[in-house]
Amino acid sequence: MTVHTTSPQFKTNAARALADTQLQKALGNVKQGFIDKRRAAAEKLPEFEALRDSARDIKNHTLQHLDLYLEAYEGKVKASGGHVHFARTAEEARGIILGICREAGARTVTKGKSMIAEEIGINHHLEANGIVPVETDLGEYIIQLRNEMPSHIIAPAVHLNATQVEQDFRRVHTHLDAKRDLSEPVQLLTEARAVLRERFLAADVGITGANFLVAETGTSIIVTNEGNGDLTQILPKTHIVLTSIEKLVPTLEDVSQILRVLARSATGQEMSVYTTFSTGPRRAADSDGPENYHVVLLDNGRSSMLGTSFEEMLRCIRCGACMNHCPVYHAVGGHAYGWVYPGPMGAVLTPSLIGIDKAGHLPNASTFCGRCESVCPVRIPLPKLMRHWREREFERHLTPATIRSGLKTWGFLARRPALYRVATRAAMGVLGLAGRAKGRFAWLPLAKGWTKYRDFPAPQGETFQARWRRERHRRSA
Amino acid sequence: MSARDDVFANIRRSLGVKGSETIRRQMVADRLERAPKGLVPARGQVSGEERLALFRLQAEAALATVTEVAGAAEVPQSIALFLRNHNLPATLRMGSDPRLDRMPWAETALEIARGPSAGSDLNAVSHAFGAVAESGTMVLVSGSDNPSTLNFLPDNHIVVVAAKDIAGDYESVWSRIRFAFGKSTMPRTVNWITGPSRSGDIEQTMLLGAHGPRRLHIVVVKD
Repeated sequence: MTVHTTSPQFKTNAARALADTQLQKALGNVKQGFIDKRRAAAEKLPEFEALRDSARDIKNHTLQHLDLYLEAYEGKVKASGGHVHFARTAEEARGIILGICREAGARTVTKGKSMIAEEIGINHHLEANGIVPVETDLGEYIIQLRNEMPSHIIAPAVHLNATQVEQDFRRVHTHLDAKRDLSEPVQLLTEARAVLRERFLAADVGITGANFLVAETGTSIIVTNEGNGDLTQILPKTHIVLTSIEKLVPTLEDVSQILRVLARSATGQEMSVYTTFSTGPRRAADSDGPENYHVVLLDNGRSSMLGTSFEEMLRCIRCGACMNHCPVYHAVGGHAYGWVYPGPMGAVLTPSLIGIDKAGHLPNASTFCGRCESVCPVRIPLPKLMRHWREREFERHLTPATIRSGLKTWGFLARRPALYRVATRAAMGVLGLAGRAKGRFAWLPLAKGWTKYRDFPAPQGETFQARWRRERHRRSA
Repeated sequence: MSARDDVFANIRRSLGVKGSETIRRQMVADRLERAPKGLVPARGQVSGEERLALFRLQAEAALATVTEVAGAAEVPQSIALFLRNHNLPATLRMGSDPRLDRMPWAETALEIARGPSAGSDLNAVSHAFGAVAESGTMVLVSGSDNPSTLNFLPDNHIVVVAAKDIAGDYESVWSRIRFAFGKSTMPRTVNWITGPSRSGDIEQTMLLGAHGPRRLHIVVVKD
């Protein structure tokens, strides 16, 4: 286990999220912004769909030969004067990082945004050992002040409104004038910039993640818009790259292919503001940059996903498009998912990393509308993989008894088409008649889970199969 | 077994491979050696004035400002004018890039400081290694010529680039970097910079000047 999880309580989390007016207001920003921006960026580049295929193929190729690309990468990092550390588990990764920080005599550590850092709970571990971790991505900084987890993989504070941020800044930045004006978001940004500038300059170690690792050159890559990841790595004496084994790509050309779909899928930008390629420590003639360069490569269950149907999940480049387009994410936000990775990608990845026994609710929290797969830049079949988890959950008898018996009844009928037609015709007929007046049901027996939060639309008296037959008949006539 | 060996063993067990297969090793070595280009969008495949115009359009769409000068000798005056027009102090920090060194700074009233930034500079100038028209991206490489701190600490970052170094696509810049630094050898840092620093972390509203420069000003030397 890594960080604390509330994934088993997904249903309670979701109910709380639906009743949280601040959260619901903030989630409106996801629905509005990301979808339109991505669509516009994709439409502007005629080769976008073909580049998605290219990105998928590059990741598939790399995963098939991951052992060899990792060997090549490791060799190149060493040749450029850096160090590579392998960590089987979160605990091992925490130990390695603490060791490097101690060796550097670190008192404060600045951090660029890293989901792997969340996965291994590095902040808590450093704090417990007397080292102060400072998040420097604005969103991560805000949630660190609130002692929260990110609720989105690229917009960690998307669940908050500006007034909440203002309250946090007033609570924590007590050295500043209590009467200062913070009513505008830009004033909040300016204050965070000034406070964090001091932290950047004072830090002994900088920890960043990596969006990609390049085997050809031993290079780690980060993609940001703020520039915090760069100040995190070029100012302190030691730069630690905390990342995981599936981030490998073969060459600089390969990563250029994927970068063309990353920002477009994530924020709708053609390219993020800062794409930084770091190779080893500063050179002898350099006048700035880190003197020590360490890469910590986390496995934490990933190598066991290779060769299974979940291998496809290892293509994920963490753009967040799947959650930006997910009706379930729009409704409950990221915290309800209860661990590090929310939305559709989290619903597939989390059971692999913490177990289907704990995360079983997540692959069930899907309408299977398929929007996530339709926008995934590396074409991960997320609905199919969620269905695989549901099957495994069922096979391992983790599905609750009521659902099991419901599925069994349905299975019994589905295998007997004549009976199925009779039963559905009867049910649709009754429901159609009963709901004719209002056109919807505010309450239904056995469907409280549905009708508690929304109405159930009344059928129009005819079954799908009957209508299919009728329409087909009409068309062929 | 060490963590490293264990991770490799588990990857190979899952993939059903040994790691010693000649065909696989050859395929991987070949790809690393040849670095095939993949699909390069048609957009950047233009040359001359058309490429410069595309670069300008894309850089400005990313909220950088762009100015063109006829020759290197005009750069100092152009930068002095930019600073004056924005009511910025006439100070400028730079590294030891010989291309910048040769420019006639003494013709301006600019107060020049040299070397990496310690965090209190308002203005800095760097000379880019190149640029990419496809997305309006500047490409800078680290070194005492152009210290990386200048790219991030000052409020106003001015970047000089030779028009002939503006490529259509990223792949062309990688070819030049390989030629300059050697195959599969990289400078400590290569920075792709597309517009000034920004954040959308508060209510998904884009604000400029998060941690890096609030302004990115590009001077294209046409000669």
